[in-house]
Amino acid sequence: MAAKAPTFAQRINKGLRRVPPWLIYVIGFAWMGWEFWRALSAIGPYAVEPINVLEREYGLRALQLLVAGLVVTPLMRWTRVSLIRFRRAIGLMAFYFVLAHFAVFVLLDLGGFFDPGYALAQVWTETIKRPYITVGMAALVLLIPLALTSNDWAMRRMRQGWKQMHRLVYVIVPLAGVHFLWLAKGFQIEPILYLVGTALLLALRVDWRGLMERKSPNKAA
Amino acid sequence: MAHRWKNDLTRADVTPPALWMNRRRLIAAMGASGAAGLGLGPSMAAAQETLEPNSLEEITSYNNFYEFGTGKQDPERYADEMVIEPWSITVDGLVDNPGEYSLAELLGDLTPEERIYRFRCVEAWSMVVPWQGVELADILTRLGVQDEARYVAFETVVQPENMPGVRRGVLDFPYVEGLRLDEAMHPLTLLATGLYDQPMPKQNGAPIRLVVPWKYGFKSIKSIVRISLTAEEPPATWNRLNPREYGFYSNVNPNVDHPRWSQATERVIGGGLFAQRQPTQMFNGYDEVASLYEGMDLQAQF
Ligand code: HEM
Repeated sequence: MAAKAPTFAQRINKGLRRVPPWLIYVIGFAWMGWEFWRALSAIGPYAVEPINVLEREYGLRALQLLVAGLVVTPLMRWTRVSLIRFRRAIGLMAFYFVLAHFAVFVLLDLGGFFDPGYALAQVWTETIKRPYITVGMAALVLLIPLALTSNDWAMRRMRQGWKQMHRLVYVIVPLAGVHFLWLAKGFQIEPILYLVGTALLLALRVDWRGLMERKSPNKAA
Repeated sequence: MAHRWKNDLTRADVTPPALWMNRRRLIAAMGASGAAGLGLGPSMAAAQETLEPNSLEEITSYNNFYEFGTGKQDPERYADEMVIEPWSITVDGLVDNPGEYSLAELLGDLTPEERIYRFRCVEAWSMVVPWQGVELADILTRLGVQDEARYVAFETVVQPENMPGVRRGVLDFPYVEGLRLDEAMHPLTLLATGLYDQPMPKQNGAPIRLVVPWKYGFKSIKSIVRISLTAEEPPATWNRLNPREYGFYSNVNPNVDHPRWSQATERVIGGGLFAQRQPTQMFNGYDEVASLYEGMDLQAQF
């Protein structure tokens, strides 16, 4: 008998193997730079108030990448399509967009470019006073250890600890979603969609049957 | 018009039409011409001196008009659909001459005059806009305000089929706002029908809108279809949605911090990617309104 024809997922995975993960960094940083350049040149949406628009652009890309990172595991489980090779790059790129988002906030929005002392003091005041900044800041801070350990060396050194620590994303992504929801005025559908999407992606990880049968509830991953 | 309030900047100081489109013009600081002589405080004259209107493009492509969506560019993108002809304004409540007025009937023989005002959004950005409008006081006087009236309520048009933000239910539409009668009668308060010498662009609240320059922008309700005189404080959309964040008065006040945005500073639109913030002034620099609030605790009644 002839060998079984490859499944759809196998064919996709084969194609994906030819895509190098570093492409994500190339596209990500090119995008970041392109948007910065457009803001600098006051092009398109940046024509009138480039600072706030750039701030929001980077924030939104960061959130999208964070959610994309959560897609990898359920996608593999449900379709056998594996993006696992890209996950680290997706996560790190999300972090770099968060950094860029924060940099726009501190350097341009708060004017840290001209008066770093004032801007840093202001970051502190804003973090304490404004719930949406508090939450965004928590997400940023929690992302730092994850970014620092997103390399082979740390994975080897930390073993089981690595996996446990990186479960922090289950907290970080909802925090980022709440940040978005909280800063939106009026009833806006977009932040709600991100939060619902995040909740679904997290729910897919829970071993509901195991929970119902009162077996080890820690199995959720 | 009554000319109770005089602009330091005249029409000649606004960018000539030929220049609006391509570049912003630096306006030479004006001498404090007649303002002081007209009984305006010196602070007013000083503040007006350096006012440089934003370009028409800036004023018409960075707007909050949630009927069309929450994005700053949504109004420019979608407002074209709004039907403004014919336009009818319902006048009711405690007035001698209630009824349905066309725009022309409401304005009567009043001639719009130019007012170059600072415009301060609660989101901590600001612009300078050369409005054309008439004093609300003149209109209210003609409508005949009855003695029991204490407040003026306004309502924005709702055209669901032309307004994506209304269809999505971004806010509890129609958008409503209100002023205390003395605020409404203040000579700074305008019903504006145009800017930059042209009819009011739709995204800025065509064909007629309120302009209250010492209050946050959301008080300056757009595309007005109803004016009511009331004895009780009327509802105001943002205040009703979130009274902790948006007070009924919503006077520009750098000392009352908003839970979302620091109100101590603002960014003047048009400075590009490296624009710096500048200190926000009490009453947006219009000190002459301070007497309206004498004896009020502006921290509590914000
Ligand atoms: C994981 C971290 C974060 C994510 C994913 C994130 C994401 C976002 C998103 C999606 C938006 C709205 C974009 C839009 O309207 O389209 C936003 C806006 C914003 N974020 Fe963040 N953010 C993060 C952290 C932070 C931090 C640490 C700060 C400041 C300390 C911050 C400050 C802001 C500000 C000032 C805005 C704009 C608010 C406005 O325009 O009123 N964010 N962010």
